[in-house]
Order: sequence, then C-alpha cells, then structure tokens
Amino acid sequence: MTFIAKPKVAHPSLPKNSLGLTRRDYEGALSTLCAGCGHDSITAAIVEASWALALEPQNVVKLSGIGCSSKTTAYFVSGGHGFNSVHGRMPSIAMGANAANRSLTYIGVSGDGDTLSIGLGQFCHAIRRNLNMLYIIENNGVYGLTKGQFSASADVGTRAKKGETNFQPPIDSVLLAMTLGASFVARSFSGDRRQLVPLIQAGLKHQGFALIDVLSPCVTFNDHEGSTKSYAYTREHYEPAVHADFVPLEREITADYKEGETLPVVMHDGSRIVLRKLDAAYDPTNRVTAAAVIQERMKAGEYLTGLLLVEEGAQREFHEINGTPNVPLNSLAFEALSPGARALEKVLARYR
Amino acid sequence: MPQSTATRVNDFTIKIATVNGTGSASANTLLMKSIFRSGIPVMGKNYFPSNIQGLPTWYEIRITRDGYVARSGQVDIMVAMNAETYARDVREVAAGGYLVYDSTWPRPALLKREDITALGVPLAQLCNESFNGVRTRILMKNICYVGVLAALLDLDLERIRELLAETYAKKPQLVESNMKAIQLGYDYARGAFACPLPLRVEKMANTAGHIMIDGNTAAALGCVFAGATVAAWYPITPSTSLMDAFKMFSDRMRVDPASGRKNFAFIQAEDELAAIGMVIGAMWNGARAFTATSGPGISLMNEFLGLAYYAEVPAVIFDIQRVGPSTGMPTRTQQGDLMECAYASHGDTRHVCLYPANAEECFYMAVQAFDLAERLQTPVMVLSDLDIGMNDWMCRDLKWDDNYRPDRGKVLGKAEVLELKKFYRFLDLDDDGIPYRTLPGVHPKAAYFTRGSGHTQYGAYTEDSAEYQVVLDRLLRKWATAKRLVPRAVIDATAGAATGIVSVGSCDGAIREAIDVLKRRGIGVDYMRVRSFPFSEDVERFLAAHELLFVVEQNRDAQLRSLLALETAVEKSKLRSLLHYSGLPISSAFIVEGVLAELEPRQLATAQGVKGGRSG
Repeated sequence: MTFIAKPKVAHPSLPKNSLGLTRRDYEGALSTLCAGCGHDSITAAIVEASWALALEPQNVVKLSGIGCSSKTTAYFVSGGHGFNSVHGRMPSIAMGANAANRSLTYIGVSGDGDTLSIGLGQFCHAIRRNLNMLYIIENNGVYGLTKGQFSASADVGTRAKKGETNFQPPIDSVLLAMTLGASFVARSFSGDRRQLVPLIQAGLKHQGFALIDVLSPCVTFNDHEGSTKSYAYTREHYEPAVHADFVPLEREITADYKEGETLPVVMHDGSRIVLRKLDAAYDPTNRVTAAAVIQERMKAGEYLTGLLLVEEGAQREFHEINGTPNVPLNSLAFEALSPGARALEKVLARYR
Repeated sequence: MPQSTATRVNDFTIKIATVNGTGSASANTLLMKSIFRSGIPVMGKNYFPSNIQGLPTWYEIRITRDGYVARSGQVDIMVAMNAETYARDVREVAAGGYLVYDSTWPRPALLKREDITALGVPLAQLCNESFNGVRTRILMKNICYVGVLAALLDLDLERIRELLAETYAKKPQLVESNMKAIQLGYDYARGAFACPLPLRVEKMANTAGHIMIDGNTAAALGCVFAGATVAAWYPITPSTSLMDAFKMFSDRMRVDPASGRKNFAFIQAEDELAAIGMVIGAMWNGARAFTATSGPGISLMNEFLGLAYYAEVPAVIFDIQRVGPSTGMPTRTQQGDLMECAYASHGDTRHVCLYPANAEECFYMAVQAFDLAERLQTPVMVLSDLDIGMNDWMCRDLKWDDNYRPDRGKVLGKAEVLELKKFYRFLDLDDDGIPYRTLPGVHPKAAYFTRGSGHTQYGAYTEDSAEYQVVLDRLLRKWATAKRLVPRAVIDATAGAATGIVSVGSCDGAIREAIDVLKRRGIGVDYMRVRSFPFSEDVERFLAAHELLFVVEQNRDAQLRSLLALETAVEKSKLRSLLHYSGLPISSAFIVEGVLAELEPRQLATAQGVKGGRSG
C-alpha cells in the first residue's frame, strides 16, 4: 500500500471556524515522511493557519516540485487541488495557474534543493514578477530522498552524516529574496509553531510574493552532531528578531502590546499583522539594514527568525502590472475573447 | 552580347542581394506587395543572417502567374547591391538573365559573364546627389532600386505610391522622400535601357480574395480568435514574431474599452522551461494558453512535456522549426523536429502534432490545436517552420465562423460533481480513454492531486505494478481516440498512379508544382500530405495502395520516413527519401530531379525488358 487515506472522523466538540469547518477539514492524506520530520510540523502549521483564516478549501491551490518537502502538499487541505510538478519548476506552474485565475490562494511548498539548486532561476523570477503566492521552503540543508547529499543551503563547516565537510558557501534564500525585491520575507523553525502559524497566516494574506524559509531538520540524514541544521543546533542558534501576530479583520487589536515596541501593518484585505521587535538592532521595514544585520548574525552562526522584511502594498503584484481584470481570465466568456468575423475582415485589410 | 531573351510575362524570379540592416526589407516588401496589388500571384522568400547589421542578406521574389508558392530554383534578374557577395550573385543568374548593379564604382573584373545582360545604375551617386546624411543615403539607395525595377518590369508607380502612403500614413514626409528616390531610379532606367525588359509584369486579376501574410502572424491571429488568454514564451528566432503578433492583436482587440483592462496575460519567461510550465499551469487551471518556440526550446521543454502527457494536462506549443542540430543556423529553415516532437520526453510518451503547410493552415490549425488539447487533455504541438512562419505567403482570405465555440473537453462543473458519489480523476467512463477533469475552485469534492509520479485511475499515488499499468494502457486508448480526431491527410490521387509522393508541411508548394512538371513529362504521381501525428487512418490506406512512395522532407535523417515506418504497416522497401536540408526552402526543381532520377532508369529498364531495378 503506497497511499494512505486519513480517516475523517471529527469529534463533535472540535472547534469550528467561521465556515463551520474543523481543523480536520484542512488535513490531507497521511504523511509518509520519517517519524519526527520537521516537514510534518510545517504541514500541521499550514493546517492550523488555513483553518484559522477560514479559507474555503476549494480555493486553496497547492503546488510543489520534487523532494520530501514537495510531497507534503498531499498532506493538507484535501479539498483543494494540488499539483506536484517537476523538480525546481513549481514557480512556473504557479505563475501559469495564477495568470489563469487570480482569485484563488496559491501555496507553494518547496525544499532547499528544489528551490536553491535546480529551481534557483524560477524562484528568482517568481519574486521579480511579484507573483501573488505563499512560497514555503522547508529547509534542511540536505537531499533526503537520495540519501544525504549536501544541498545549496548547507553551511560552511557543516558535516554530512557520512563524515564529509561542506566548504562551499550556502545560498541563503532570505538574503536572496531581499536582494531581488521581495516584499514579504520570513524565516522560522519547524519546532516553533507559535512563531510559524501567524507567519503563514500573514504570508497568505500578503498581496504579492511571500517567502517563508522554515528551518526543518531532517531526522534521518541531518540531525547528527556536527550538522548545523539539526534540531539541537537549530534550537540553540535560532534567534527570533521580529515576532508577527496576525490579527484577522473582525478582531480588534487588544492592549497586549506596549506602545513603541509594536508596529501594526495593514494587509490588503484590511486584516493586520502586529510586529513585535525582539531585537532592538533589527528593523523589518528597512531592506538595507535588515540584510546587514542578518549577515552579521549569520557570521556568528545565528539564524535570525521572524518576519524579517515586510513592505505591504509597496509593490504591484503581477496582475496589477499586467493590467488584467479583477475577474479571473479563465472565467471570461468566449464572446469577450474572440473578436469575430467582422473584426477579422478588418485585420486582413492590412495584408492585401 | 547575350542572346535576346524571349518575352516572359509574369513568370520569372528576381533576387536581391543587400546588406542586413540597410532598409532593404521594406524596399523588398514594397516591391513584392506592388506586384501582388497588380493582381499577379507572387512568392517572397527572405534569406537573412543571424545578425542585426552588416552581414549579407537576400530576398527572392517569384512572379508566378500560375500561383506556385515555392522556389523555382532559378534566378532571372539579380539585383546585386552587396559588394561582399557580388561574385557569387553574378554566378547565380540563369543564362539569358539580367544583372542590375550599382555602377557608381566600376566592376569590370566581375562582369565576365557573356550570357547575361548587365544593367549598371549609379545608385549611390544618384542618391548622394539628392539626399543628405549617411544613413538616409544608404536607405534611399535601396529604395532607389525599386524604381529601377519598376521601369524594367513595367510596374505601376501609382501602386507603389499607394502602398507607401499606407505604410507611412502617420509620416507623410517619408512618402515624398521615398517616392523621390524611386523616381530617380525609374527615370534613370527609362533613359538608359530599353524598358520594359522581355521579362516583365502585366496586370492580372488573380489575387482577389487573397492576402499576403506570414505564418507566425496567421498563427497568432488563430490564438486570439480561439480565445487564448495566457501567452508565455522565451524569445527565440524564428518564433518570436508569433508572440509579437499575438501581443499586437491582443492590445488592439482584447482590451476592455470600459475598464482598459487586458483580457489576456502576456508573460516573457526566464527560459523555455518556465514558458512551458506556465502554459501547463494555466491550462490546468482552465485558461487557453500557449507558447511559441523553436528546436532548442523544445529540447528544454521535454521534461514538462512528459509531465503534461502523463498527468494529462492540455498545452499548446508552436514549434517554428529552424536548422539544427544544436544552435544550427537560426535564420534558416528545416523540418528537423519531427521525431523530437512526436516522442518528446523520457519514458513512453507520444504527442499530438499538427503540420501546417502554409500561413493559411497556421491560422486554422492554431484554433484546432486548442480544441484538440482540451478534448484530449494532452499537449498539442503545431510544427511550423521558418519558411512558413517568417515569409509572406499568398493565401486565401482567412475566414472566421461566428458560430464556432471552443471545445473545452470533459471538464466537470460544480453541479455535475455534486451529482457524483465521488469524483475520480483518471477513470475511463466513456471508453474513449479520456477521463474527466475539474478545475481548482469548484468544490472540495472536485479536488484531486495532479502528479507526474505513478498514480492509480482514482488519482492516488502508487508504486503498484498493476495500478500503474491500468493508467498507462488507458493512455494508449486515448491515443487511438486522437487518431480519429486529428486532421486527415490531404490526398490527391487523381493520377491513380502506382507511384505516390508523401510529404509534410512546407514542402507542399514545391511538390504541387513538381507534380505539374512531371505530368507535362508524361509521369503521373499521386500525392499525400500528412497533417497530423498520430497519422490519421487514411494514411495507412494511401501507403498500402502505392507500389513506390517518395517521402519528401526537409531534414537529413528522413524523420517522416522513420515515423511512417514506426507507426504504420508500410513496407519499408517501398519508401524512397528525397531529402532537402540546405536551410533554404525546398524547390520544385529538386523534387522533379529526384523523382526522375529514380523513375527514368526504371522506365529504361522496363523498355529493355528487364525487371525494374532498384536504387535502394
């Protein structure tokens, strides 16, 4: 048996969202990843965020490439269409799908191999187009399905399970995205659900390309002593810099936050995220200084996490640049698209 | 002096040799269009370099009262404007022909041919005296030869003025300066030579109901009228003009007048890998989407084509073939992608291909490609080529039927899904190999998972042999359905001959002319032009009904012949290849020679009472 459907029995006391759906309604097939895999925690966080936002399941489109991470699109929101494409090419599928129907919610799940090696070009260009999607990288520094080769996110000095040391500098998705002009860039840790869930909510609401790079240890091939992407190492070296709380449209901001320390950011639909600075030196609204601080900390072996850059509404997303109508292109009537026989006759005059 | 040429009206070829980037393209178009406007059928072929400025370029105009659309293989008048290629250009003129050259600088050493007439016109001198500025003088020198030819061929200057006025509707001062250059050449030729030449044009009325259009423009129009909304591509010669045309027409005809919003998305991708991914993503999500590319792009798209085949996602791809292998000769024509497109990608894959023969068919096949892709839920490739795509072809007016409605295939809507007990993506409910699909956003019950990995007919992941094979075998049933839906071959069996010609795409014009030539020599041949892969059922019958089959195609490796041998029951020994792969469009003369070389020894052998020999 290679496919396990999850039984859908919901206890009557399970909490329901505004659509009357429980968290179970946002789950998918049973995961076939290794027990303890960081990716499964991210899947759980996506389920939680989708439920909390009360997304219509059929309006969620799940996209992925190839690899352990890319399998996970089958494990959440079974009521939404999924597309597990080819290695490193998920962004182009997302671009085409989004071009056809801008009204749906696009969640792409990728890995560090899928994004930073074979898919680096498509990743960069999706950012340049400001494609309206949430792009999650489940980053474990290693190729799992092919048994433990370094990925392009492996840190200098990190050791493979078989003993080899990596000397090539890593490609950091967060710094890269900032350089390319992304307007929503976050980093998190699969083991920190409190941080991750509101980031996913905010990323889903962001108008344009939202990147969340999630450190997600590989329990089988990269969780040993000497690895810089193990659970133990990550717990010790990840440093929350900016916490983001997501405040849905219908809820008022309560006085949990002390003035001066928080920054509310209004999203496209009127919902808000409230940023709480945990690191005084860090400004998540300044691309230049933010990148400098991230790099300094990186030199010291620390991963800054949280919503590291947000410029809500500062850039136009693909459809606004292209000038497409608000209604999806795939819903336009044929009559609105095909100019008809008389128009063709007029065109031909030029070729006589 | 050469012998005087017999008068030949509306039946000769002019070739113009110039330098790329000197405005000769507009001069040549002007010349050709003015002949077309005089009611005379005409063919234009552009042989241009992969270069922006400076390399040699040629334009061939065939005035063809019988309406032949291929190269004749002969040059009767050469306009030699490029010193660099002068020697070879002079050599190419047929005996009894004419050479027009710029006599500002004498070229006695190059005028050694006694069997042609050299007509020297001091083009540079005339223009230098009348125009200022280096660039203007160069441009006007090329317009000036249009005037010379107008005098030599007896072309109506008013036709030329009328065309210039249309071209420069917004810049009337350019009409006057161009006419001035034309008049300079015209007057000089009238004064210096006995005009018109025996080779000349006379008004006809044979172009009514016809247009001159290139295949890429026609294909782009097809995409607009078929309702394509997502266009994604990476620039590559010779396909780029298809996308340019789609954008131009869409900007004019697809912008909502009230809101100013564009009812299309036009995406320049980062490479061909992304371009095809975008097309697949968009068609998966219910839009009509397409890309245009050439051989190198198809090579890059292979992986995604396999995914779309196996995951059953529609896609439309235009392959404007150019000379390969590798980068090859990007501005020369070939039919070198027949094999690659038919079986693109690893594993057991096969793709529906359409083979237009001319610009007119590009328009109709573009529409058909979308219908077939959505009906069959699979990629459909339209294999045009540089000759069709970038040269202007005289063809019948394109017609649009306002009753046409797109075939969106088996897509279930919300109401239909709700009636089902459960929706399964890959079940063959109608016994035609085509399953039902749904679009994202319809209903949670309609959701399914699309994947290139092994899957069951219910849509679930599998590594189970039997479950995998059920789906793979069903895809073959779908292929059988495709065979019934694709355009049939065009068969001309009026000769009722034992010999047939089998060909594809842009060879058509040359073959039709060759058949006429052979007929005049007492040799009757039947003709079949395949228009699709898989081959329609009539292909098998034609192959079986003929004893000897010439397979004419424009590549080295006999790719069409290979496809016929692989996919039909034809006896291989019946197939004779005539292969043209110089990069120039095939000529009728090449085919006539090839057929005669095979048939004449046979006739001789028969006459001598020996059983027909074979040349292998």
